[in-house]
Amino acid sequence: MRDDENKVRQIELTEVTKLIKEMCIEANHFLSKDVEDSICEAKEKEESILGKQILSQICENMQIAGKEMIPICQDTGMAVVFLEIGQDIHFTGGLLEKAVNEGVRQGYEEGFLRKSVVSDPLIRNNTNDNTPAIIHSEIVEGRNLKIIVAPKGFGSENMSKIFMLKPSDGIDGVKNAVLTTVRDAGPNACPPIVVGVGIGGTFEKCAILSKKALLRNLGERADNKNINELEKELLEKVNQLGIGPGGLGGSTTALAVNIETFATHIAGLPVAINICCHVNRHSTRTI
Amino acid sequence: MEKYISLPLKEEDIRSLKAGDMVFLSGELYTARDAAHKRIYEAIQSNQNLKIPLDGITLYYMGPSPARPGKVIGSAGPTTASRMDKYTPTLLNLGLKGMIGKGKRSMEVKQAMIKNKAVYFAAIGGAGALLSQAIKSVVIVEYEDLGTEAIRKLEVENFPVIVVIDSDGTDLYDNYNGEMK
Ligand code: SF4
Repeated sequence: MRDDENKVRQIELTEVTKLIKEMCIEANHFLSKDVEDSICEAKEKEESILGKQILSQICENMQIAGKEMIPICQDTGMAVVFLEIGQDIHFTGGLLEKAVNEGVRQGYEEGFLRKSVVSDPLIRNNTNDNTPAIIHSEIVEGRNLKIIVAPKGFGSENMSKIFMLKPSDGIDGVKNAVLTTVRDAGPNACPPIVVGVGIGGTFEKCAILSKKALLRNLGERADNKNINELEKELLEKVNQLGIGPGGLGGSTTALAVNIETFATHIAGLPVAINICCHVNRHSTRTI
Repeated sequence: MEKYISLPLKEEDIRSLKAGDMVFLSGELYTARDAAHKRIYEAIQSNQNLKIPLDGITLYYMGPSPARPGKVIGSAGPTTASRMDKYTPTLLNLGLKGMIGKGKRSMEVKQAMIKNKAVYFAAIGGAGALLSQAIKSVVIVEYEDLGTEAIRKLEVENFPVIVVIDSDGTDLYDNYNGEMK
């Protein structure tokens, strides 16, 4: 009895609220180093003169954002929160969901972030505190809590798509789906973009995979050899589309294509493409 | 070509601006995005008076983040223009001359632009911190209850934009529409 008690870790929910608040502010002012490096590298490699100018303005924008504490983009997004909860954790002091939303509320208020959430998709009244957040939680082994806050802008979210392909469509079908989606997104998604792809699972599973794919370090390729090669090939093809920075032409349409896969049904090949702009925000903490 | 243009846009300026020009705008802009467009449109439909003079103005499709104390405005970059397409031809017919946003416009908008001689500029999406530096003053003029979506009058100085669709209907995006090279 005593042993079991010792194993369970208590986490006070006010701690979660405080972390989420800080992470909302951090993510909206500072991009992770891999995203920043990838944009700066692209600036060197970009072939179009106008494209180069746009990329250098995007770099300058990041610097101003961090120095002056002005959000990188005015669309400070809908707060997407991923929680990996160790199964030996016991939360105290309320409800987890409420604690997360309270963190978002405080972060968006105290961080001077834009409130972009409406309570009802058809009636459309602003909730004025950017809640509710979109929360994805997973129970994992152990006693740690991993939190990722990824504010998502809708210029690029609106350009995302799901395709329920047939197994016979195969890898060519997947490539086609990705290229069509990027082409249709064109200038609207604020290129250079990051392309998150989920393949497999069910309708909703592949959508979540595609969102998770956006969180992966941009310099890191998939472990699976086939997928690793597919990521490289698709990045090359996407950049041959010529859409370029700001959609005004060039060789940098995407910074990375990140693909996540999962088992699926004998009758299906779901593919989700979640497009993210160059303001690919995510802040991660593990406690 | 780089051009320095003052707002409101003059007829000869509109004629001289060509797709691909880099332009620095100085003067008065009005902000309006989805919800404000809907209200303007409904007000026009029901013959109500508007507090903003549509004739001759340039609209910036933008909803800023809140200003920190001591600052004029927060982050202030463009939003996707196509969401306004439904309302834009009506506004163009009432004298709207310039629009700043990002992304493609519909055929109907282009036709109304040619007919009424107007220009569509793009500002760099996702560069709201940088763009905010060119904004010198901000006043809310209508629909304050819409928060970030309220109509604001901005005074800008050398605000950097690129002409995407000119008054002849030439569209810069058409050159980069993702056809495989
Ligand atoms: S798509 Fe991204 S960069 Fe563009 S306006 Fe939205 S959040 Fe900002």
